[in-house]
Amino acid sequence: MHKHRMRFSKEGTAIYISHLDLMRLMQRAFLRAGLPLQHTEGFNPHARISVALPLSVGMESVCEFLDFTLLDEAQLADTPRRLNGVLPMGVRVLRAYEAVRKTKEIAALRIKGVLEYDRGADPGLAEALAAFFGAGQIVIEKKTKKGIQEADIRPGIQKLELARRGGNEVELQAEISAQNPGLNPMLLIQALKETAPHLAPDFACFRRLEALDAAGQTFV
Amino acid sequence: MHPLQKRILPTVQKPARYVGGEYGQIVKDKAQIKVRMALCFPDTYEIGMSNLGLHILYGCINQMPHVWCERAFAPWGDMEGEMRKHGISLYGLESGDPLGEFDLIGFSLGYEMAYTNVLNMLELAGLPVRAEERTGLGPIVLAGGSACYNPEPLADFIDLFVLGEGEELDREVIDLYAAAKESGWDKQTFLRRAAGIEGVYVPSLYQVEYHPDGRLLAMEPAKGAPERVRKRVIADLDSADYPVHTIVPSTEIVHDRVVLEVFRGCIRGCRFCQAGYIYRPVRAKSRDKLVEQGTQALLASGYQEITLSSLSTSDYRQLGQLCDGLLSFCAPRHISLSLPSLRADNFSMELMQKVQAVRKTGLTFAPEAGTQRLRDVINKNVTEEEILNTCRIAFEGGWNGIKLYFMLGLPTETDEDVLGIAALSGKVLAAWKKHAANKSRGVRITVSTSCFVPKPHTPFQWEAQVSGEEYMRRVRLLREAMPARAITYNWHDPDTSLIEAALSRGDRRLGAVLEAVWRDGGRLDAWSEYFSMARWRNAFSACGIDPDFYAGRQRAEEELLPWDRIDTGVRRAFLWNERARAYRAELSPDCRVQCTGCGANQFSLKGVCDA
Repeated sequence: MHKHRMRFSKEGTAIYISHLDLMRLMQRAFLRAGLPLQHTEGFNPHARISVALPLSVGMESVCEFLDFTLLDEAQLADTPRRLNGVLPMGVRVLRAYEAVRKTKEIAALRIKGVLEYDRGADPGLAEALAAFFGAGQIVIEKKTKKGIQEADIRPGIQKLELARRGGNEVELQAEISAQNPGLNPMLLIQALKETAPHLAPDFACFRRLEALDAAGQTFV
Repeated sequence: MHPLQKRILPTVQKPARYVGGEYGQIVKDKAQIKVRMALCFPDTYEIGMSNLGLHILYGCINQMPHVWCERAFAPWGDMEGEMRKHGISLYGLESGDPLGEFDLIGFSLGYEMAYTNVLNMLELAGLPVRAEERTGLGPIVLAGGSACYNPEPLADFIDLFVLGEGEELDREVIDLYAAAKESGWDKQTFLRRAAGIEGVYVPSLYQVEYHPDGRLLAMEPAKGAPERVRKRVIADLDSADYPVHTIVPSTEIVHDRVVLEVFRGCIRGCRFCQAGYIYRPVRAKSRDKLVEQGTQALLASGYQEITLSSLSTSDYRQLGQLCDGLLSFCAPRHISLSLPSLRADNFSMELMQKVQAVRKTGLTFAPEAGTQRLRDVINKNVTEEEILNTCRIAFEGGWNGIKLYFMLGLPTETDEDVLGIAALSGKVLAAWKKHAANKSRGVRITVSTSCFVPKPHTPFQWEAQVSGEEYMRRVRLLREAMPARAITYNWHDPDTSLIEAALSRGDRRLGAVLEAVWRDGGRLDAWSEYFSMARWRNAFSACGIDPDFYAGRQRAEEELLPWDRIDTGVRRAFLWNERARAYRAELSPDCRVQCTGCGANQFSLKGVCDA
């Protein structure tokens, strides 16, 4: 339905911008850049854009996708440069191109996380974490309308590696399920807090590195 | 950014308001900067960033090449708690540097209930709240804005006040500060010299004495301090700096749109309205300038909405042509134009229909009083016929929601006036029944009342506020008289109004009360979830001060008032005469019909206002 797509990053102070605010911000940025977009019909027309896989507040990413339809296709090549001149700090368009594949083909996300331990990371911590996440199931409590229910997040983890980094950090690299259902990386930390509090970090932050299709290839 | 912030921010509400980085923020090279200023708004980011004055001053000050002006807002309670827990100082949003490192800390004060936030923000910045305890040249704490037309309640905390419009004045103060810093003046020398700038009030240069009964006896200026401090105005708005490139917030704020200021001042002279007096004289921008500025601001921001702003936008002489000019840009681009604060007359309604062809959500009118007699007392030049006629046009045009605002406790108000609100509301409902284009969707008529707060520099500055009990009696009277369930009646609680009344006409003895309230946890008092009447009552009684002395006491004509050192250009005798006319229910003409000689024409370019 959208003709064009851009890949953008959201880092630094921009990680605190919510998905809804990001949509508004992007619509305004296109206008500031003098790049008119196709609008919705109806009483209250607005620029039609969509962002795949909304990113949680506080998470970084270098692989966000925004779909849009330029009224003037000739401006597509120049779109990153023009938008980058009018975006807030931390939001940066990496490339813009014709959208060929559907974003629902994104199957997995490659992510990186940094787990901070103020008390210091023991030499065996990475192994202990690996054992925890490698178990047959990882059950967390999920709040739903019906009350608290248990959910197994293990099926959402496809690959997971851990390495101690410096004195009090453990780095996590993983491929996790992107949608239907997607896995929010913060649930990995929630699982630690609930079931293995001695392994839980004092703080953790995550970064999306790449979107992958079902065959494990980079999605564009 | 403080290293701990990345841990804190994900845990607080709306973290985007604490990090800056928005499109349009101004970042400078610190090595090239001589004076660093923090423009502080003593309320949340969403409120402060909606304030046009803040954007104007931010733009004006940052035009100075050797000055870097940043922003700071009051954190919400959760963020404040985290900042205190982790020892994070209040910081400038642009640099993330603690405010204590700045040279000038300037507060924009529009509302008395924000006073506790000033103290709180100073402490969060790591500074002593009392001016006398900040002994060095930096930082100097200054304040401006409409609430500063009675600066006295904050006299203990603020080093200097800037009165009136800041586009030129602020830059003069900053230039003087740069000289002070370069020459190594001490704070006292700087303040004494600053007092020589027209529009600057340095409270520490005035010695205050009181009568035994508590009334003011004298406010003696020290040598070199002016007898009266005259506000500053920009005589020609067309040539004044108006930043079209403003900060576009990355998170939603209250007024998330281009705000185009069409004129300053107001021709009307409603006797209760402080803004109507302190912003005199009326000065309009030209239509061409406005279309140009509005268009540029839309292009520069990417906003999809623009609103016209002033105290009474329907009084702009070329409003129709201005709207046409803006609409020719807006309509093809799906940009909506909105017109707040219109008067209840035919012309305004036609205009409303023209510009808001799409959304017919709700209309708001402020008749302020329920009977013609009382509307004449307050000089609100609107008749019942005009109000009902406007409602008829609105209902015929498809609107089905109307909000009506009134005040209770206006001078001379009787129960008959209170009941008049119910009667008028009933007539509005009848107009809907008779004229509605589509009755199937029903009608929403909302009537709101608030407790009148007499304000400095108005004809009612000498009046007593009604007590909270009396206000509530009138509320009950009105509630029982409301004719139908189709009319929703909301009333504001009188507690905030009582505190607002005490602060707005207070003297510098209230500094002790403000400090006591704040030390007891008072902050964000404009927010009902934070305001505590018990806390204010405790603070007043702990300081041995009766809030009714300020709020509920009738003053005599000759009584020295705490704001008498401040000169708005409007003569005191004029205000007293307007008060006398109010008590005779006599109307005064608006400035366009006939000059009433208030005195503000001294600020006009040719001695004639609204020429």
